[in-house]
Amino acid sequence: MCATCGCDSNGNITLHEPGHEEEHHHDHSHSHEKKIVEVEQDILHQNNLLAERNRGYFEAKNILAMNLVSSPGSGKTALLERTLTDLKRQFDFYVIEGDQQTHLDADRIHATGTRVVQINTKKGCHLDAHMILHALQGMKPKENSVLFIENVGNLVCPASFDLGEKERVVIMSVTEGEDKPLKYPEMFHTSTLCIINKTDLLPYVPFNIEKAKEYARRINHRLTIIELSCLTGEGLHQWYDWLRARVPLPEPA
Amino acid sequence: MHELSVVMGIVSIATEKAREAEASVIDEIELDIGKLSNIEMDAFEFAWEQGVKETMLENTVKTIHRIEGKAKCLACKTEFAIEQLYDPCPVCGQYASDIIQGKELRIKSLVVN
Repeated sequence: MCATCGCDSNGNITLHEPGHEEEHHHDHSHSHEKKIVEVEQDILHQNNLLAERNRGYFEAKNILAMNLVSSPGSGKTALLERTLTDLKRQFDFYVIEGDQQTHLDADRIHATGTRVVQINTKKGCHLDAHMILHALQGMKPKENSVLFIENVGNLVCPASFDLGEKERVVIMSVTEGEDKPLKYPEMFHTSTLCIINKTDLLPYVPFNIEKAKEYARRINHRLTIIELSCLTGEGLHQWYDWLRARVPLPEPA
Repeated sequence: MHELSVVMGIVSIATEKAREAEASVIDEIELDIGKLSNIEMDAFEFAWEQGVKETMLENTVKTIHRIEGKAKCLACKTEFAIEQLYDPCPVCGQYASDIIQGKELRIKSLVVN
């Protein structure tokens, strides 16, 4: 409350502008009055609220939601195609595809017989919880299903946006540098699983896989790392085992 | 360029808070941006310039507190300053640590009129 005239009624602290004190003559014009509003609010608050809403939806429906992140070209879509084809008899899969433009990836996923929604972010560099909320409204995934969200290919921005997922899977490939985790630490820091893809190319590229793993673990000591090749299938069983261990069992009737 | 999304988030929260306080002008805004918050400050400044146009924040003076990164070593429990997520513990050299400060991204306060 203003100590001079008591003009403020809503309890916020009032301030007087230095140098203007002598002008305060109870004329109640108040154009010089400033209020401090204590906000103390997370800037990503809105996204985080919606992410929690999505998370609640997934939990209530017993859905395992995963956010797949990587740089463009590391093989996210190829990994999904292979996984969906190999395991479609075991699980109900759903996919949300995020790309700036085109529905090329959604077409690839659709070809595996999986229900898919494509989000085009246009100029946007990441998916956010709000987009996922709307995609879910259209998709209505069944209970006890598995949802893959393939984020926009970008190792920077998607790290900051919680979508409500249970697991964040970062994919890198051996055609990238082994120093990727150090260059883009935030993404490796926020992920729970790291897949190193295209291991069939290891004999042809100067990629030090042990170094890559060491760098990734420096960033995130909790990170699980799986090496695989979607082309030859080498290592895929580890990924499938990891997945099976996380798929929630149906609630007993 | 997620910095633009962050700026738009600031605009939306600040506008709402200013309206709640029945103010028409936001003179000042105070932000906490941790050094480990995944915000590139040059990109942020650029996004700010574009993002606040024709909003209540167009002529607002902003103060940014950069909060230093801090971690706690899982092995020897030392708390130490970090600049990168992969900085090792200066005491025992281990990389396994938990971030305890520096990821802040929040609006602290506004001065409205």
